[in-house]
Amino acid sequence: MEVVQKHPTGITGFDHVAQGGLPRGRTTLLSGTSGSAKTIIAGQFLVEGVRKFGEKGVFVTFEETPAEIRKNLASFGWDVAAFEADKMLAFVDASPVFGAETLVSGSYDLGALIARIEHAVNSVGATRVAIDSIGPIFGQLPDAHVVRSELLRISHILKQLGVTTLMTAERTDDFGDIARYGVEEFVSDSVIVLRNTLEDEKRRRTLEILKFRGAGHGKGEYPFTIVPEVGVEVIPLSAIELTQSSSDQRIPSGVEELDEMCGGGFFRDSVILVSGATGAGKTLMVTEFLEGGVQNGERCMLFAFEESRGQLFRNAIGWGVDLEGMEREGLLRVHACYPEIMGVEDHLVRMKSAMDEFGPQRVAVDSLSALERVASLKGYREFVLGLTATMKEREIAGLCTSTTPSLTGGTTITEAHISTITDTIILMRYVEMFGEIRRGLTVLKMRGSYHEKVIREFTIDGKGMHISKTFRNVVGILAGQPQNIGTDELERINQMFEAS
Amino acid sequence: MNPIEEQGPSGKTLRLYVTGQTPRSERAIKVLRTICEEELGGEFELVVIDVLENPQLAEDEKILATPTVVKELPPPIRRIIGDLTDVERVLIGLDLLHFKKPAK
Repeated sequence: MEVVQKHPTGITGFDHVAQGGLPRGRTTLLSGTSGSAKTIIAGQFLVEGVRKFGEKGVFVTFEETPAEIRKNLASFGWDVAAFEADKMLAFVDASPVFGAETLVSGSYDLGALIARIEHAVNSVGATRVAIDSIGPIFGQLPDAHVVRSELLRISHILKQLGVTTLMTAERTDDFGDIARYGVEEFVSDSVIVLRNTLEDEKRRRTLEILKFRGAGHGKGEYPFTIVPEVGVEVIPLSAIELTQSSSDQRIPSGVEELDEMCGGGFFRDSVILVSGATGAGKTLMVTEFLEGGVQNGERCMLFAFEESRGQLFRNAIGWGVDLEGMEREGLLRVHACYPEIMGVEDHLVRMKSAMDEFGPQRVAVDSLSALERVASLKGYREFVLGLTATMKEREIAGLCTSTTPSLTGGTTITEAHISTITDTIILMRYVEMFGEIRRGLTVLKMRGSYHEKVIREFTIDGKGMHISKTFRNVVGILAGQPQNIGTDELERINQMFEAS
Repeated sequence: MNPIEEQGPSGKTLRLYVTGQTPRSERAIKVLRTICEEELGGEFELVVIDVLENPQLAEDEKILATPTVVKELPPPIRRIIGDLTDVERVLIGLDLLHFKKPAK
């Protein structure tokens, strides 16, 4: 029984989404609008083949000249000319000849082009072919029918040669016909669609495998981003598997009383969400979490999206924590930037590579909700999912903060998206009592562990956070409408339950 | 059908690129040979190149379709593709009308 095998491309994330790679020995159509990164992916398919697998490739270009492609790909640090010199890569230049109008008399075929492609494949011993992009040839030759049937012949011949081919095609619309000139009809075995849509004023690049006939693949759209020096990186969100092992080892939260409330500390590989209004003490919680980690000898990392390093360090000093010193000693690394400098996909890729480089056991994100500003709703949801999965895969204890829109509480988009994938949720709330603002904290959920259900008061001073007694005689804190009730009332309620 | 690399004394050459000995190739060769001998009075040399045997020559000249006729000298450079069913159109397309000899 012959089954379709996969050919790993080496493009980060893509092989995961494609469940192994492109169908081996076949032609896959890669279709996208102008500027959707078709040429980059086509080039990267060949470059990664050379770099990661020592596989040789042929680049058939219909649009740009080889010189232009070398130059464009050089911006990613890919030295195509060097690969050519090493006989790892060859071009077939089918770009339009400037000023040469094609006159036709009688019938013709693309025999010369086919002979050139075969010659190039055989002379370098290629296993990969990129054809980019087939649109212009329809403009060069008057008979679209001939071009279509000849492209079909090319894909048959490439199949016989046993090479895996990525053929790009233009489409006019992000949501419409798969490609212009009806080309999908003849290379319909496998189709990948790239989209570059504008949603809420934000660009979102996605890749969707429409079909791989006879082979499995991830379904739906996957966001991808173009990283300098790396190329295209696909973010395989929905393909993330819940396979990470689970630890029952506890780690200190950095606040002793909180450890008690959580039944002995956080779990080593859990994701914790801290939700509260602005000024409720979230950054303090982050600081305590990092200090607790460093004191425990763990490597810690902070991604700050609201405050600069200087501000963070100064504020931490006010709570008696020397973040700067911790960083100097090498156990802490702080990355601070504004969310607006790039899209969430890029943030995710950067955070991932920063984590892989430093290898932290604890990561804090302050605040996660600040990133809501730079993403569409869908993009943000995928980002949160990707980030938490990244931490879980690496068995990192992650603490993410979320700022509620109103002072009294309420939920945020972050909470709506993250709450089911977080293991622990801590709420920090303002409590108004007798004309005074006080702060309350509760562990709302903690998977797999006993935790206190009460709301405790906490105070902040020069030594950090201090959690004290529970709020008695107050109801409605979580709803953001605290009300004082008398002792009699409380007793009456308690008795009511005892009686039943 | 090996390419003849040396050109005629005048350098006037028509290069015809074909793919193997297909009926279409044979037809194009025959028509172009007739044009060279009868219409152009032997002033132009005909060079036939089989791209299956010499793919690199097709690569260098960026030939896509076969048959393709290329006229380089005298300028301007002109190309025409197809099996040359229309002699008049071939002469116009390759800018050769003024080389046409009066019919005998």
